[in-house]
Amino acid sequence: MIQEQVTPHRQKQMDHRYDAVAKVTGTAQYAAEFTGPFPAKDVTYGYVVQSTIPNGTLLSINADAAEAASGVLAVLTPFNAPKLPVPPPNPPARRNLTVLQDATVSYNGQPIAVVVALSLAQAQYAASLLTIRYKQEPAKLEFRKHLAEARSPKQPGKEPAVNHRGDTTAAFAKASVVVEGTYVTPIQNHNPMEPHSTIAWWEGEKLNLYDSTQAISGVKQSIAKLFQIPVDFVRVQCPYTGGGFGSKGSMWSHVPLAALSARVVGKPVKLVLGREQMFGPVGARPSTVNRIKLGATSDGKLVAMQHDVVMNASVLEDFTEHSAGVTKMLYKSPAVSVTEKLVEQNLGVSTFQRAPGEAPGTAVLETAMDELAIRLNMDPLQLRLINYADTDPSQDRPFTSKNLKVAYQQAAARFGWSKRPTQAGTQIEGNNLIGYGMATATYPANRSAAQAVVRILPGGRAFVGSGTQDLGTGMYTMLAQTCADSLGGLDPATVQVKLGDSTLPKAPVSGGSQSTASVCPAVQDAAAQVILKLSELVALQTASPLFGKGSSELTAKDGRLVAKNNPALADSFASIVQRNGNIPVEAMGSAEKSEGADAYTSQSFGAVFAEVAVDKDTHMVEVRRIVATYDIGTLLNDKTGTNQLEGGIVWGVSFALHEETHIDPVYGRTVNENLAEYHVPVNADIGTLDVTVLNIADTKFNPLGARGIGEIGITGAAAAVGNAIFNATGKRVREFPITPDKIMTA
Amino acid sequence: MASCTDLEEELVRDESVATPHEPEMSRRNFLTATTALTAALAVGLPHAADAQSTTASAPRMADLLLTINGKQQALPIDTRTTLLDLLRENLELTGSKKGCDHGQCGACTVLLNGRRVNSCLTLAVTLSGAEVTTIEGLGQPGNLHPAQQAFVDHDGFQCGYCTPGQINSAAALIDEFKRGELSQVSFETGKTDHPQATEREIKERMSGNICRCGAYPNIVAAVRALTMGGVA
Amino acid sequence: MNPFTYERAAAADTAIRAASSHGAKFLGGGTNLVDLMKYGVEHPTTLVDVNHLGMDQVTPTAAGGMFVGGSVRNSDLANNPAIVRNYPLLSHALLAGASPQLRNMATTAGNLLQRTRCYYFMDTAFPACNKREPGSGCAALNGFNRIHAVLGQTDEGAASPHTCIATNPSDMNVAMYALGAVVEVQGPKGKRSIAVADFHRLPGKNPELDTNLRPDELILGVTLPPATFAKNSWYLKVRDRQSYAFALVSVAAGLEMNGGTIKSAGLALGGVAHKPWQSKEAERALAGKPANRTTFMDAANVALTGAHGYKDNAFKVEMAKQTIVRALTLAAQGVQA
Repeated sequence: MIQEQVTPHRQKQMDHRYDAVAKVTGTAQYAAEFTGPFPAKDVTYGYVVQSTIPNGTLLSINADAAEAASGVLAVLTPFNAPKLPVPPPNPPARRNLTVLQDATVSYNGQPIAVVVALSLAQAQYAASLLTIRYKQEPAKLEFRKHLAEARSPKQPGKEPAVNHRGDTTAAFAKASVVVEGTYVTPIQNHNPMEPHSTIAWWEGEKLNLYDSTQAISGVKQSIAKLFQIPVDFVRVQCPYTGGGFGSKGSMWSHVPLAALSARVVGKPVKLVLGREQMFGPVGARPSTVNRIKLGATSDGKLVAMQHDVVMNASVLEDFTEHSAGVTKMLYKSPAVSVTEKLVEQNLGVSTFQRAPGEAPGTAVLETAMDELAIRLNMDPLQLRLINYADTDPSQDRPFTSKNLKVAYQQAAARFGWSKRPTQAGTQIEGNNLIGYGMATATYPANRSAAQAVVRILPGGRAFVGSGTQDLGTGMYTMLAQTCADSLGGLDPATVQVKLGDSTLPKAPVSGGSQSTASVCPAVQDAAAQVILKLSELVALQTASPLFGKGSSELTAKDGRLVAKNNPALADSFASIVQRNGNIPVEAMGSAEKSEGADAYTSQSFGAVFAEVAVDKDTHMVEVRRIVATYDIGTLLNDKTGTNQLEGGIVWGVSFALHEETHIDPVYGRTVNENLAEYHVPVNADIGTLDVTVLNIADTKFNPLGARGIGEIGITGAAAAVGNAIFNATGKRVREFPITPDKIMTA
Repeated sequence: MASCTDLEEELVRDESVATPHEPEMSRRNFLTATTALTAALAVGLPHAADAQSTTASAPRMADLLLTINGKQQALPIDTRTTLLDLLRENLELTGSKKGCDHGQCGACTVLLNGRRVNSCLTLAVTLSGAEVTTIEGLGQPGNLHPAQQAFVDHDGFQCGYCTPGQINSAAALIDEFKRGELSQVSFETGKTDHPQATEREIKERMSGNICRCGAYPNIVAAVRALTMGGVA
Repeated sequence: MNPFTYERAAAADTAIRAASSHGAKFLGGGTNLVDLMKYGVEHPTTLVDVNHLGMDQVTPTAAGGMFVGGSVRNSDLANNPAIVRNYPLLSHALLAGASPQLRNMATTAGNLLQRTRCYYFMDTAFPACNKREPGSGCAALNGFNRIHAVLGQTDEGAASPHTCIATNPSDMNVAMYALGAVVEVQGPKGKRSIAVADFHRLPGKNPELDTNLRPDELILGVTLPPATFAKNSWYLKVRDRQSYAFALVSVAAGLEMNGGTIKSAGLALGGVAHKPWQSKEAERALAGKPANRTTFMDAANVALTGAHGYKDNAFKVEMAKQTIVRALTLAAQGVQA
């Protein structure tokens, strides 16, 4: 382990992303695009057949016509599929899978069969020839009508479902001002641009997968367990992931279905979900109904906060979207009470989606805070400052680093918050109502154990490898930069990087904004070990000017080992490796959570300001600009980091205005299961984004001083937009997304 | 707080009870059972019994002659094959991406006789005599098209999956501006005579390409640079 | 998608002959038909490609109007200088629809035949859709019906074989109605002209039929009458995002002005009915009146007479009125083109 106290310095940044050229030329290969090592002509196509009822039992699947159809190799159904020793699910990581082991149908769209054929067209056509008979049962649907039936989660996980501090009842009774409201967030589907894709092929008892995933090690372990084969018999490769946002953080049913199909037909099976198949079988963010009550003194001090959430869950397994989590920790309030409850539904499983908990949590809490500020006739920013929490109120412990006040000030100044119209509906430009709004962003900083390997190759070039993933997060770039920097300042553009292969040292799931913070310290460790090995080698190399030097006398600089006391004495990595018989010099490194991490809370924050123009006749909202400043520790690459933070804000705009999964109330099937009617922002929806970071290193969190940035961008942004809409129109829409019809009728 | 790192804890916990001590029998049972099934299927497949249902389901083949990235190709194809599937599944030109397969995302955008189209809704069989340019033909590593270079310079992507479509759109958009073509923004701004490549015009004209990562600001920056660079 | 035979037709009459065989369909740009074939909603056994019949020209007519060939691409039509100059309403409406890529593919004839986006029509997993499976009922009525009709629909209950609350999703068609276009078609027995308002159907008792076009009739093109709204027109589309989305409500408004007085008007609504909703009564209510807010509001109320919505789309009635007033206001200002 390297020392946690190493003084951080800024790494040399790559001018452009490591994988940029591969991505702009189409040479970056995603999971479904591999044509070997198997013969390319051997590839067969699997197509998942889904249920068309929400609840019941399959009585029969007549596959005669499908099996006889041209090009069809197999039709797998619960009635003929090989039996697997399916282990009990272990949510939320190990999902309750539907892999043709029984005839139960728990939601509309559940996988119930797989057709394998020589072409995709043949497989899809054959699927239409199946005759499927069900015994239907009444389904649990329309959860908003069944809020009274909510129950506590069976497995609340780290978060207790009920959480209190202080006496909220007494505090509300004494409060000068109380605001209370119900705020609703919708079901959302991740919809990464690359559909979930798997190519599975067997080599004897060994299973190979190309799989589009956020967690190659998770897939490897999950499928090994499902098929009862040794973990080492499974190899998972995924050099590029075309977005995930949480939906590729678990192994869903299509992966074992591909493997099962490949076993049955004895050939590689490529199984790619259609866009419409990504609404149900691969998780969704649940809808949350949040009852929020805030009590304050007349000068704006919060005295009590209450937040009771009810959300939909699948009958298959519990998943809790901790939207009340932020209420416990964002502001200093002596009394807080939160509860989280579930209503079981015949729907696909809920799961993590970008900033799980904090995305809806900040959307609703920061809307309620805006309402409180308006009731107090107070600047909403001032309300946040009055209730600023210097330490983590939920756990009564310090933050490793928190500089949110500076972020508020910087962003407010750049935005021109002081020119805010204090009276809603008073700033008019032609046919547009103009409004300003703000909100606080926050997301925890996470770290997990990770490993990496660093190698000095013949010629002196460096290689770094880790079994992590790059979902567009810039992981290739982070690895190259960190490796280059840790080896004493190489040009990061010369470093060779490999990730996305489960034969590499293990790294965590790319989720929870933790990959950079977890994997880069492991790279630092591996690089330090490599320098040590080079030092030990060179000490024995008589031809070297450094012959006989002790490793403590040497340091690495610019691709060379240099004597600390005499910089003229130096030897290049290339020469040392050459004298080593051109055998690469390699070392493994690892990193774990900092010791004593439990004494602190590590958390990122940000301040988000939005300006909107609302057309007073069409009620369409134009987000003109968003200004945000984040306190996320050190940003390792300005280009990729700012891009990712901006992407988060785009998600926040989407949360505010656009996306919602609509479930048919009778059939329980998603009606807008496509990208024409499941609206995510297009280019024209996004105004000017002005994003900065404070760049204050959080070295108590990790030696890089860097916290993750993948998720914080979405937090706060939705509320900032919604609050700006209120400021523009005087209308408060408490149900996301805020579509033109809701503004018109509010 | 809630986080996907919960997953990691689950996996670590699982690992401690993982496979080395699994009952060997169950694995053997599954593997032998499936091996037997493979054999049964190989025998049982209705190759010979191609009765009327197979005839009805048999692909209707057609001969296709078209030019892809400057190379003429003569191909027998199933009439159902879209240009996108032809590129990705038959010709190993996987730079064109399938994001929705229904013309709703733009990831499959290619240039057909110089104009941008959704290859997922283009039946390949209709293209006899046509010229198609994909991202692989636009430019290659070491020989980037200016649109590709602009996306590199401005980091106009994250996951990269929508990127080839975005870049083909950007390349086509330059020509569209040169021809003086309009968008709805041209009407909204009253500039219907050779509209300039303003930021608002660019955003509207790039709106047929969805980027779920949300790299729009950088995409706009890349296209702006391209429009100002006088790229042919 | 089912297997199908492909024929590239070289002339209109051979195309029409080929299309008279059972299960044949004409293929234009494919943006709607291929989409629906992939969803399993359409399953032609033969596709007759009509993209090579020389129907890709936009030409002046003897009467002083324009003729638009059936296979003229949406982008080409929108950018045709004569169309931009004399029928900016049409150009604007076309550019408000879909994306640049789709507009490069979609044809004039195909756009006329664009089918509904009703979820229950497009997803064959829903058992009830009178349009897709005649007699099966209407799942939209008690389903999620935010994008559905408030005017001219057939509502006899969810189980009725007649009920249909689907909407026509086209933008181009809305402008065609306001402009009074005429659809020119050719069948085995010769050519005929159909006023665009008579081309599309309300669901009536046959929701499976979108239009009055016979299966073996080919759309040769569209005739636009001499331009009357070149100076004063506007297409206004309300939707859930700024671009690349179908309309919640759209309005095509054209005014022929005489000073501050409206001489004649064209007014049609999109997103509210089984076909673009042209209100002749509203057009009459505008004629001869001063172009002011009172006039426009009167016209909006007239246009929405009899409208009624459902659980999720009731907002469309008021939204349509506000959109009409705004579109007429913009048209009267004469800022188009």
